Amino acid sequence: MTAGYTADEMMAVTASRALRDGMTCFVGIGLPSEAANLAQATHARNLVLIYESGTIGAKPGALPLSIGDGILAETADTVVSVPEIFNYWLQPGRIDVGFLGAAQIDRFANINTTVIGQDYNEPKVRLPGAGGAPEIAASCREVIVVVRQSLRAFVEKVDFVTSVGFGDGPGCRERLGLTGAGPRKIITDLGVLEPDPVSLELALTGVCPGVSVSAVKAATGWELSVSASLKELPPPTTAELAALRRLRTATPATEGATR
Amino acid sequence: MAEIVSLAEAVALAIHDGDTVAMEGFTHLIPHAAGHEVIRQRRRDLTLVRMTPDVIYDQMIGAGCARKLVFSWGGNPGVGSLHRFRDAVQHSWPGPLQLEEHSHAGMANRYVAGASGLPFAVLRGYSGTSLALHAPNIAEIACPFTGETLTAVAALRPDVTVIHAQRADRAGNVQFWGITGVQKEAVLAARQSVVTVEEVVEVLDPRPGAVVLPTWTVGYVAAVPGGSHPSYAMGYSSRDNDFYIAWDAISKDRDTFSRWLDEHVHGTGPDGRVTHDPALSGGGAQ
Repeated sequence: MTAGYTADEMMAVTASRALRDGMTCFVGIGLPSEAANLAQATHARNLVLIYESGTIGAKPGALPLSIGDGILAETADTVVSVPEIFNYWLQPGRIDVGFLGAAQIDRFANINTTVIGQDYNEPKVRLPGAGGAPEIAASCREVIVVVRQSLRAFVEKVDFVTSVGFGDGPGCRERLGLTGAGPRKIITDLGVLEPDPVSLELALTGVCPGVSVSAVKAATGWELSVSASLKELPPPTTAELAALRRLRTATPATEGATR
Repeated sequence: MAEIVSLAEAVALAIHDGDTVAMEGFTHLIPHAAGHEVIRQRRRDLTLVRMTPDVIYDQMIGAGCARKLVFSWGGNPGVGSLHRFRDAVQHSWPGPLQLEEHSHAGMANRYVAGASGLPFAVLRGYSGTSLALHAPNIAEIACPFTGETLTAVAALRPDVTVIHAQRADRAGNVQFWGITGVQKEAVLAARQSVVTVEEVVEVLDPRPGAVVLPTWTVGYVAAVPGGSHPSYAMGYSSRDNDFYIAWDAISKDRDTFSRWLDEHVHGTGPDGRVTHDPALSGGGAQ
């Protein structure tokens, strides 16, 4: 890390910049939660964080380990039941952006978090499964995916479609009745991929400082096209890095240990 | 009317081999002590239902209680994989485990249908995913008014639902607050229920956002202070994140897991008291 920051820190900062102030954001745990909390701590103070545990408007101030840590409930505007968070809040398309991770992602941004291997009944690796992701991917107005880039993760075709990106290409989301627009950005530790406006296939639109296009291609399991307007992503600012490191080291306040 | 009994009695009376058992609690209020009692009483061939079969079902699967798992997300939240769950799926240890998996929205709606006395629930979901190819109780349905294609999911009707709550009164009325998850629906969907509570009080004073389950909706109530550890009960304890992190190493290896089980579950009394070793787990429950 000669640049004074790590690839993971660059990824978190890039992801946080994809969120605008005042947005409502459905947040998965892990990398997405880190990026969303960083955005709230820096340029997007009024970002509304919504976790599938039913906490709406959480302001944890430190990274929760789970989507149900007490700090989320204590700092939320309101806490609703699990059926309600999915039925009343996510399903009608009230939420601007869904922030997801992936174990595998393909050229049409379909996501697999279920099994690795062709045979569902005899998987090579059993992954956690769907959680809230299929409906987040279907119903949020748009989706951002944060995932480390490698040949293992970026595959021609996912082994199992847990969450639909653009299916098999143009027209698919409409045919399936998916109300949200689908993935807008795939943010990785090497750069940013975005769907081509016509083919909807993911194309490289940004590279992290010091990362070559050939390095990104070498970590992608299909013939990756490169946007004509490819840019180098701006490195993290001192303030962003400081905020991120503060988030990572902060211990969530002990929740509700008094009656 | 709910009967107030010991945890050992509640499990003995309510849960039988071969039952479909839902233990709910979304990160918060997970009924861990009840799970341990089921392990101690060596229940077998259970169909375990739970949206997030995290550490509690990892323990029960590894202990050999389960024949089938119905779920929507099986991981150790914020930590990684569930090793006992993976070992059962990938290597049939300690026995084969059938899976039926859904999305969270699907599972939540299945409980809603069960609680509502309906055969199925309707949602926008699963379209285009591979999930519907592998679960028999997900189907397309046409809206009778607009013709729009939607998804139907079959109701969940567990034989028994087990939850942990903050409090009950002596009449067996149950009250819980904070992240209340899907427990109300899960109890109302089930034929029988067991509720462990932090304490039994004289009077349930109102709490903002609290769910109350009247005594006539509940089967058995057992006082088990700290009974959700390493999960937590808002107002009583903190989530023991260190235990969740430590579970990764404990559960990775069959022998280490089996030793942990002998020492911390089988090796403790059947009185339903907290069965964890505070020195090992960081002592988060209090």
